[in-house]
Parts: sequence; structure tokens; C-alpha cells
Amino acid sequence: MRFDARVEVRLRDGIADPEGATIERALPALGFHGVHGVRAGKSFRLSVDADSADAARTLAQSLADRLLANPVIERATVELVER
Amino acid sequence: MPARVGVVVFPGTNCEYDAATALAAEGADVRYVWHHDPELAGLDAVVLPGGFAHGDYLRPGAIARFSAVMEAVADFASGGRPVVGICNGFQVLCEAGLLPGALQKNAGLTFLCQPTDVEVTSTRSVLTCGARLGQRLTIPINHFSGAFVCDEATLDDLRAQDLVVLRYTDNPNGSVDDIAGITNVAGNVVGLMPHPERASSALLGSTDGLVLLSSLLDAVHARV
Repeated sequence: MRFDARVEVRLRDGIADPEGATIERALPALGFHGVHGVRAGKSFRLSVDADSADAARTLAQSLADRLLANPVIERATVELVER
Repeated sequence: MPARVGVVVFPGTNCEYDAATALAAEGADVRYVWHHDPELAGLDAVVLPGGFAHGDYLRPGAIARFSAVMEAVADFASGGRPVVGICNGFQVLCEAGLLPGALQKNAGLTFLCQPTDVEVTSTRSVLTCGARLGQRLTIPINHFSGAFVCDEATLDDLRAQDLVVLRYTDNPNGSVDDIAGITNVAGNVVGLMPHPERASSALLGSTDGLVLLSSLLDAVHARV
């Protein structure tokens, strides 16, 4: 079976995120007030051939931890999504 | 016999010629090593130069670390032989796990290309063994992701074991503890963001990088 997955890579808590901070600082100038905690990250879409949803999730998490994220500063979460 | 130094070239590396020229001027026998090469036969030291390996796609060094040559570099390093990563090369070494920590986007989110003052804070590495502790050097940096980050335990370890070899005197990029370069416990693997090869001739505005490059060659001769 083929499963579609979305992998989100975010900086770990405590790791400075200059990109998120810059976006947050720009928001009031555009009239968006009361927005806090902006964190920038990356999102990946991929399709996985696997026997089960669990196996697909495990494979996606494994490749995310090995390549898509640098575990020193980032963490990856995997979600299976509707085709 | 001159030190035989391999300069690794990934697709997107752009400082290999500068590094090779500066090392050759210091007396090294330099040859280029392509990223597909699975072995480093006949070399005494390896340099991973600056650039944008694989376009820095995903993260700097994230793709390059899976190159065939990197397994050979890991073997080479585990044998105690000198491995130096400059800028993008430093990022590759961190991604490959040959050095701790990671290089994150500069705090100011600007690409920095400027002469930078650093201080030699440890002489126990192959790149700093010929320098003086506390020696100030003016060496260019040229990076977008040069802010060294690591967890507290790693930082404590780096300090306790005297593994921070270079510190910025005026931190330009938000690196923790002003770190510009580190080494491994054995002292044979070194990564640094400044480009010593760009401070290797009076014509370039500084010769301060020479003490680092000549340290590397001296370290090779000390081993032989």
C-alpha cells in the first residue's frame, strides 16, 4: 500500500531561531498584533510503500531522524495524511 | 618528504583551489579528492574546504555527509590522522558526527563576509599546535550558517577538555561561547568557520592564517 506522509522539522526548544524571531518582529508593522512564539521550520511531503500505516510511519520517522532533521538542533514529527 | 594533503571536492565546493594553493605554498604536496572516492590512500592529512556542497540543500553538510568519501574520512580520522574542515567543511564534519554540535543560521540572519578577529584558545589541535595560546589572528569569515550551537553538556565537555581552539573576540554570528573552531578529544579533527586560506598572503590583506596551515603540516611531520 502507498501512504502519504507529512514530515515537520522544527528546531528543538531552547535552540535560538533567528528566522522565527525576525518574522515575529515584522508582524506588528503589518498590523498583526498579539502573535507570539513564532518558530520557523520545514515541511516535507512524501509517499511511502509499506504493508501498514505503522510501518509507513516508522519508515518516515526513521528517514526523518537520519536525514531530514539534524537531531542536535532539530526534531521531526511524522503524520500520515489523506491521499 | 612534503606532507601529502587531500583536499576534498563535493559538487558545490568552491574554496578547494584557494585551500590547495595556500597549502602548496606552505610546502604541501596537495591533491584533490572527489566526493565519490571511497578511499584516501597515500594521504597524510585531509582538508574539507569551504563552499556549498550539494547547494547546502536541506542543511549545510546534510547531503555531503552521506558521500562515499565521508566513510573514508571517518576511518582516516579514527586512525588519528589530521582532518580539518573549513567553513562548509566544518558543517560537514558536524553533520557527519565527527565533531559535536551544529552550525545554525547566523543570529542576524545576514550572510557575513568580513575579516574577523579570533583568539587561539587551545593549542592541543593539529591546526593550532604551532600557534601561541592567546594569539590574535585576523581571518575572513564567509558564511550564512556559522553560529555554533550545542547542548549544555556538550559545551561543558568542550570547555573542560580544552577543545575550543578558536574564539571570536567580537562574536559576529551568535555562536555559543564565541566559538569559532573546535577539535575532537584526540586533537586530530578540527573544524573552524574562518578561512585561513584567505589570510595566507599579504596580497590578501592578512597572513594570519599561515600559522594554522603550517601547524597542520607540522603536525603531519610530527606523526611521521
